[in-house]
Amino acid sequence: MLLNQFLLLSAVLFSIGVYGVLARRNGVLVLMSIELILNAVNINLVAFAAFTGTIGGEVFALFVIAVAAAEVGVGLAMVLLLYRSSRTIDLTTVDRLRG
Amino acid sequence: MSNLLIAALSADAGLPLGITEGGSWLLRNVWLIPLLPALSFVGILTFGKRMPRGGSELGIAAVGIAFVLALLTGVAWMDHRDNSHDQEVHVAVVQFDDHGVGHGDGSEEGHGGGHPSLAVQRTAVWFQAGGMEFTVGTLVDGLAVMMLVVVTLVSLLVHVYSTEYVHGDRRYTHYFAFLSLFSASMLLLVVSENTLQLLCAWELVGVCSFVLIGHWWEEKPNSDAALKAFLTNRVGDMGLLVGVTVLFFAAGSTLPGRFGSFSIAETNALASSGMLSHTALVVASCGLMAAVMSKSGQFFLHTWLPDAMAGPTPVSALIHAATMVVAGVFMIARMYGVFFEGFQIGGSSINLMAFIGGLTTIVGACMAFVQRDIKKVLAYSTISQLGYMVMALGVGAWTAAVFHLFTHAFFKACLFLGAGSVAHAVHSFDMKSDMGGLRKHMPHTYRTFMIGTVALAGLPPLAGFWSKDEILVGTGGWGLLGGTGGNGAYTLMLGMGMLTAALTAAYMTRCVYLTFFGEFRGHGEPHESGPRIIVPLWILAGLAIVVGFLNLPTGFQLAPGSLQERFGHYVEPVAGYFPAITHATPSWSLAIVSTLVVILGIAASGYYYFVKVEAASKAAGTSLTELPDGPTSRYPLAAMGYKLLDNKYYLDHLYSGVIANGTKGPLARLAYRINQQVIDRTVDVVGETAVKAGTVVYDKIDQLVVDGAVNASGRASSGMGEELRRVNSGKVQSYAAILFAAATVLAGLLIVIV
Repeated sequence: MLLNQFLLLSAVLFSIGVYGVLARRNGVLVLMSIELILNAVNINLVAFAAFTGTIGGEVFALFVIAVAAAEVGVGLAMVLLLYRSSRTIDLTTVDRLRG
Repeated sequence: MSNLLIAALSADAGLPLGITEGGSWLLRNVWLIPLLPALSFVGILTFGKRMPRGGSELGIAAVGIAFVLALLTGVAWMDHRDNSHDQEVHVAVVQFDDHGVGHGDGSEEGHGGGHPSLAVQRTAVWFQAGGMEFTVGTLVDGLAVMMLVVVTLVSLLVHVYSTEYVHGDRRYTHYFAFLSLFSASMLLLVVSENTLQLLCAWELVGVCSFVLIGHWWEEKPNSDAALKAFLTNRVGDMGLLVGVTVLFFAAGSTLPGRFGSFSIAETNALASSGMLSHTALVVASCGLMAAVMSKSGQFFLHTWLPDAMAGPTPVSALIHAATMVVAGVFMIARMYGVFFEGFQIGGSSINLMAFIGGLTTIVGACMAFVQRDIKKVLAYSTISQLGYMVMALGVGAWTAAVFHLFTHAFFKACLFLGAGSVAHAVHSFDMKSDMGGLRKHMPHTYRTFMIGTVALAGLPPLAGFWSKDEILVGTGGWGLLGGTGGNGAYTLMLGMGMLTAALTAAYMTRCVYLTFFGEFRGHGEPHESGPRIIVPLWILAGLAIVVGFLNLPTGFQLAPGSLQERFGHYVEPVAGYFPAITHATPSWSLAIVSTLVVILGIAASGYYYFVKVEAASKAAGTSLTELPDGPTSRYPLAAMGYKLLDNKYYLDHLYSGVIANGTKGPLARLAYRINQQVIDRTVDVVGETAVKAGTVVYDKIDQLVVDGAVNASGRASSGMGEELRRVNSGKVQSYAAILFAAATVLAGLLIVIV
């Protein structure tokens, strides 16, 4: 089985996600990048489950998808509220908690 | 003589003490008598306020039972004296070859045979210290039993009298409590087996007198009088302490294996046997004499006694008749072996005790002439009579002195209570301004007071005559018709006694005239007192008539031999602890002369008051108390004498002005100097050192170490916060970057470690 390819794909997706989270200014795009990270993890989980012939990884992946849906719901709502209050979704300008 | 002693020692294995540990139940359990009033003291203090009669019933019951017990003990003692064959106690002594005098043989000469009267002693260990047992116990002999009866009887009558006299008083319960304690202390004193116990009881008596004299302490003179009584007594108490200590160690030098003895019987027996050093006995006698002078009001420590009249009158009666001032006389009688040897009483030369007694008796009698206060007349009269007793003891007339103590207790208590009854009616003690003519208003008080007066003056056949006559006989100074014998020819003491007899008769005549004759000078209408005052008065007056017959002189032709010298037979010890005194023989001529002297005193004073003052009063139309042109206004010498007496011989000025002020100035300066130079300097040095040490601690430890640590930790946390503030940028992505970096580092670590 070609585990390496799946892991490689996962690593690429993860890296793209991390880049997106750190580099993008747009809040929505940051959320999407987080989705990429989560899906990279899902690929890993499913790949290893298939590789070992067990079902635990797939079950875990299902949970991650559910949590990711909820997370996106909350995250988008926050972005919406952010937009309403400051007319922007640029995360670099939102630093009211600066110490 | 030394042969005698050695013989006695080998036969009896030691020095006979004249005491026994046997005896009947009553004689062995005499401690119950002081215990009863002591319990009543505690009971009255605890429950008195809640009792229907304020605790007085408890006191009366306790003293009443004690009186009955004392009477029974008296009966038991009489039986013991005549029929006892108990084993005598001996004590081992260090044997001297040269100067030991066998004693037991000597004492019986004076009494004309008869077996010795062994005192009943019972002791218990009080405490132990330094390998020595200190005991407490009872020594019961005729003297103790006589005192028990007198004290309980007078105390009982005073208790009853007081229920009316101090009725409604603000400290009624408290008064009765201390009356009980007073009686208990005196009873403890008279049964004391050792000098230490005697000392404690002596002090207790002093404290009780202080409390009772100052009973109405809200008024300054009363509390002053109480303080004066207490402090004057302290002067003598030092003497008692010295005497007791000297005797303790002196006795110890003769007792093998022991370093001292407080036992009265031992001390007296050793002193009588000549085993104690004469120097120690002289020192001890002088110390004890100082105690007697303060307690029994002997000249020149008598000044507290007239002031003690500030107390309630029943207390004065108790103090003067039974519980306080006779303690001194009792103590001499108790320690007579010591005094007899210490002052060489048998030696016919005038000794300190006889001289002080004789002086006191005249000094006190003179003072009684110038008093306005009826109680003070009686107080000075007591001083004078106590002087009589001390004088009698000083000339070796032991039985006469003790008998006079006995009779005096009754007629003086009668007079004091009578004076109290008068004062109760007229609300004053001033004879000159508030009394006069009271015989019509107070017939019972008048009659009893007259009986007491005649007894005190010493007219036959009342009590005072017999005891006074015995004392005069005992001086041995009478030279007519064969003389009287005795321990020596004390002619000076006889003269002093005669003079006092005349003076006593005269001042009592004056007192009676001012109180009961003439016209009433006070305000209102005086009434006779109630039965609780009258009944004790009549009991005491009756006793003042009859007690003299208890000791009819030996060879008195008008009475059968079995009635002669009864008191002396039962009271005077014939035992190892009592010295061998010689008894005088009575003399009809002396008795007649002394009676004539008394009548002369009454006549002189009576002529002045009942004839001349009475006539002057009639002429003036008011009741006078003295002649307007009396001797003091006519003769400058008489005026000077009056002034001297009126100022109490300037003794109070001497004490408070010269002695007290003379010592308190330098003392205060010395104290100030010590204060400034020693105490203050020490305090200053300590203070300065403390300040320096404090400065060092503040500068070095507090400022540098403690504050430094606190500041450093503050600065550190502040700086760290400043650094960490920058991390908190508020930018989500920088947090995320840190998160990922940390995750990366942790992952790297995980790889390295695993």
